[in-house]
Amino acid sequence: MRRPGVGLNQGAKPVTFSFNGRHMMGLEGDTLAAALLANDVHLVGRSFKYHRPRGILTAGSEEPNALVTIGTGGQQDPNVRATQQELYEGLEARSQNCWPSVERDVMALNDLAAPFLGAGFYYKTFMWPAPLWEKLYEPLIRRAAGLGALSGEPDPDRYEKAYAFCDVLVIGAGPAGLMAALTAGRAGADVILAEEDSRMGGRLLAEREEVGGRPGHVWAAEVLAELEAMDNVRLMPRTAVTGAYDHGTYGALERVSHHLPRTHSLKDSHRPRECFWRIVAKHAVLAAGAIERPVAFRNNDRPGIMMAGAVRAYLNRWGVAPGERVTIFANNDQAHRTARDLHDAGVHVAAVIDSRHDAPDGGPFQVIRGAQVCDSAGRQRLESITLRSVRGEEKIQTDCLAMSGGWNPSVHLTCHLNARPVWNREALAFVPSPGAVPGLVAAGACNGTFSTAGALREGAEAATSVLEALGLRPPASDLPDAEDDPYRIAALWAVPGKGRAWLDFQNDVTVKDVRQAAGENFRSVEHMKRYTTQGMATDQGKNSNVAALAVLADVTGRTIAETGTTTFRPPFVPVSIGAMGGGAAGQGFKPQRFLTSHAENEARRAHQLEVGLWYRAAYFPQPGETNWRQSCDREAAMVRKTVGICDVSTLGKIDVQGADAGKFLDFLYTNTMSTLKPGKVRYGLMLREDGFVMDDGTCARLDDHHFLVTTTTAAAGEVMAHMEFVSQVLRPDWDVRFVSVTEQWAQFAVAGPKSRALLNGLLEEEVTGETWPFMGCGAATVQGVRGRLFRISFSGEHAYELAVPARYGESLYRLLLNRAEALEGGPYGMEALNVLRIEKGLITHAEINGTVTAGDLGLQGMMSSKKDFIGKAMAGREGLLADDRMQLVGLKPAGAAKEITAGAHLFAPGDPVERVYDLGHVTSAAFSPALGHPIGLGFLKEGRSRIGETVRMVDHMRGADTLCEVVSPVFYDPEGERARG
Amino acid sequence: MADLIAKSPCDGLLPVTVGGMKLTEEHPGQMWSIAPFKGQQKALDEALQAAHGMGLPSVNRATGKAGNRALWFGRDMILLIGPEPDRRLADHAALTDQSDAWAVVKLEGERGEDVLARLVPVDLRPQVFKRGHTLRTELKHMMASITRIGAQSFQIMVFRSMARTLVHDLKTAMEAVAARG
Repeated sequence: MRRPGVGLNQGAKPVTFSFNGRHMMGLEGDTLAAALLANDVHLVGRSFKYHRPRGILTAGSEEPNALVTIGTGGQQDPNVRATQQELYEGLEARSQNCWPSVERDVMALNDLAAPFLGAGFYYKTFMWPAPLWEKLYEPLIRRAAGLGALSGEPDPDRYEKAYAFCDVLVIGAGPAGLMAALTAGRAGADVILAEEDSRMGGRLLAEREEVGGRPGHVWAAEVLAELEAMDNVRLMPRTAVTGAYDHGTYGALERVSHHLPRTHSLKDSHRPRECFWRIVAKHAVLAAGAIERPVAFRNNDRPGIMMAGAVRAYLNRWGVAPGERVTIFANNDQAHRTARDLHDAGVHVAAVIDSRHDAPDGGPFQVIRGAQVCDSAGRQRLESITLRSVRGEEKIQTDCLAMSGGWNPSVHLTCHLNARPVWNREALAFVPSPGAVPGLVAAGACNGTFSTAGALREGAEAATSVLEALGLRPPASDLPDAEDDPYRIAALWAVPGKGRAWLDFQNDVTVKDVRQAAGENFRSVEHMKRYTTQGMATDQGKNSNVAALAVLADVTGRTIAETGTTTFRPPFVPVSIGAMGGGAAGQGFKPQRFLTSHAENEARRAHQLEVGLWYRAAYFPQPGETNWRQSCDREAAMVRKTVGICDVSTLGKIDVQGADAGKFLDFLYTNTMSTLKPGKVRYGLMLREDGFVMDDGTCARLDDHHFLVTTTTAAAGEVMAHMEFVSQVLRPDWDVRFVSVTEQWAQFAVAGPKSRALLNGLLEEEVTGETWPFMGCGAATVQGVRGRLFRISFSGEHAYELAVPARYGESLYRLLLNRAEALEGGPYGMEALNVLRIEKGLITHAEINGTVTAGDLGLQGMMSSKKDFIGKAMAGREGLLADDRMQLVGLKPAGAAKEITAGAHLFAPGDPVERVYDLGHVTSAAFSPALGHPIGLGFLKEGRSRIGETVRMVDHMRGADTLCEVVSPVFYDPEGERARG
Repeated sequence: MADLIAKSPCDGLLPVTVGGMKLTEEHPGQMWSIAPFKGQQKALDEALQAAHGMGLPSVNRATGKAGNRALWFGRDMILLIGPEPDRRLADHAALTDQSDAWAVVKLEGERGEDVLARLVPVDLRPQVFKRGHTLRTELKHMMASITRIGAQSFQIMVFRSMARTLVHDLKTAMEAVAARG
């Protein structure tokens, strides 16, 4: 409940929100947890395994219990920590992992079965019979256990990622972080100050100790105002640094609009929901503070049992007292401040129970020394506790217990590069090992220095050391006076006794579970963790790791230092996948590459095909055509009969120049290119180093020392990278320069018997058999624009490829189509292009799939014996030359069934259809309009010697079973007269 | 017969103005890659100086000025932007016309660095990436060339075919930056 006059939010505006359908009022600046406590709501959720009632434990991102779901549909956010979620007008939150309601949860029956559900229960119980695991046990367990759930719908929000660079990254804006940022900022360093809270100040917002003679939060506000005014300082609130990576790179999650009504993050408002930052810092100051640890005692998980520091935060920052009759249970001096602050705010303090016999006494409240809380009672909220001392057991009526087992420095980031923290026996805490992350210095509570003065001093010192490394002069020392109390603490991890005492609240792991793990010989801390699941929930055991390993150390008779910690891994707080993806969804998923012909193809309602990143026309439906085959057949027949136009600009084009260009190409290709005459084109084959075919294409000689290599669309990047490798690594001595010109030229195939007629009259040059013989090339001029004309054919027809600078691509394409249509031709798409090349037995990457040799393709004649080339030696291996390899053949139907499908396998007609009898497979298939029946290309064992035989083609996927005749892969015009003529 | 009509890579896509930031298409004239032959760097530097009045840019640097600029463009390669290269340069380097191969845009405005910080994994702070500095890096998923051509303006280039994605990605980032207020 709210204490009037208390808290930093005096005069804050009221905000309405709802929790589980109940409407309530909070104040601007509240977290959901603060507002719930102000409304006396303590039961917030149900626990993971036993469905125990749970309340709010902490006031920060380490919260294990108070997880809620916000939003619905695609915007549903599960496992939102109520202690971090800022209140906004209209916020609707609901409990999770409970049915029908958080007050009456059916699955709470699990709690009664607790004796059977301890550590290792699943492993022992659901082992047998094995088939039931997937079908029965796993679904059951998954339904019963768990936290919040996603909706399964696409997330409509925006996310982004961003990069930042600085001299000094300060992680955490408590006293140490503020002092570090101030020192570095004043010296002129480029500083980023990242703080996961919405408001900077850290513990200064939660405590009443003074800094520099004024309240801590006032000092913090002054420092922040000064930092804000500096151009060299960037303040990043709501930004949790999630991981430390190599070379001073840090990951950070910024919650950009979680504090705003949901409409603010809808796509149209352009505001991202979260931003995932990669911050590269020359130096970092870790000022991440510390996390208070609970004490394990029987039933220590009831709503109303909270961390002592969190109670101070709710009281001093938000003006909320989490109870009317509060008890404190601690093993250290600091927790006594909770009693002092509550008392001063007019809240009744029932007692301070301190496990130490020498605990301080003083103050207007009762301190019971040398006592421990050993049990609690109350159904959905704490009603009483039982304490045990030398005088025996005693019950105290209380509605809130503020506990403190000491503080665990937030060493997480210092461990992300594999360092282990060091046990400090005096502070009873793991502290960072110095130099754990290169360039990172820890300061303040995360370094085991728990006083405010210590934090300020270390923050300034850390910044000073960083400034010296940067070569900047540190400003004059300006340390304000502050509380410098020693950190007095005595070990207390678990209160002995019967019953379940919780260590890991989020995964429902108790002291008993850890003991059992050790008893079953899971004695290594890493084994204990996995056996009990301690520290494996979304909070990654922030509250429980150290206590759990202390219990393990105790059971196994080792020290805590010997027992060691488990591995801290990023991220420090949960990061949504959306933020990691950073907008790489929809159009942002990958680049789209469009041809210059794209707009015209769209206008013609062409069906688009994605080819890598490219969009290419698949076919052009004409009125009356209802399926793709009709369009494809017409287009293929059109090219054979008149003339077709196809955009082939996607093929890789590489400009190669230099005195050694010819030598270089001879080394790349299996055949010889240096003998090519200028103005001529040659088909070529490239192998990988291992002797298998990498790519095929043409090579044109434009000039003595100037070649143009073309690659397939698919391998354009691979060939370019290969050429770089060969040039940089294998033959750096050769003088050769090359660059991609794929994007410079728009290139169109003009194919068909009327292609020459189409070009004559369009080009300034006359196109004849003499000026452009088959495989000839040269400069050509279109309407005054200088282009290039190649007489090459991928269709088997008399054909050309005409290239112009890409700016003229669209215009030329339209012109070509007009002229083609006047000759009863038109555009053809990828489908028809594919049919035409299969009819001619020309290969694509369907055939050259990385496992075929030149010999397999029947191209062994292209392997020059007169020179060395890449892949030559390895291509000579026995296995690559074996006679029984699969070889490229053509297939046509030989029986009643006509269907030929790519991917189908080939068998001898009498053999069983089983793997061991497999003779090969179909790589490409099409209906041939020229031949009037389906055809296929495929690889068949000893295929060339089987021509004329019959094989059985079986496709289990599509249910095809066809007897095929093995034929030459060149179905159409085997002499090649049509292309040459 | 009608003349062939030239169309720029970002035709119909630009300009875009969002929150005080402006994205426009640049029409830089000619663009030629110039790759010095073996041992010809110095000779090329002199020839370039003589013919075009600027030296060979070193790694990550640009020389010249608007309308007559040379960018470092990768290993042993520069891009001459503006004039058609003097033919004498061909004695020292492979010259290749790239005038139509790249979409070239200009991003102007106070928060240009914030926009690019959402797309480019490189430090573009003004004290690090100064006027006349240039980079080959990635812009979201595309390979790009980025040059600071003014205190608050960047020249950005990607492959011509990716112009639409370039505008989409930049516009999205501009909107996100503007939306933060």
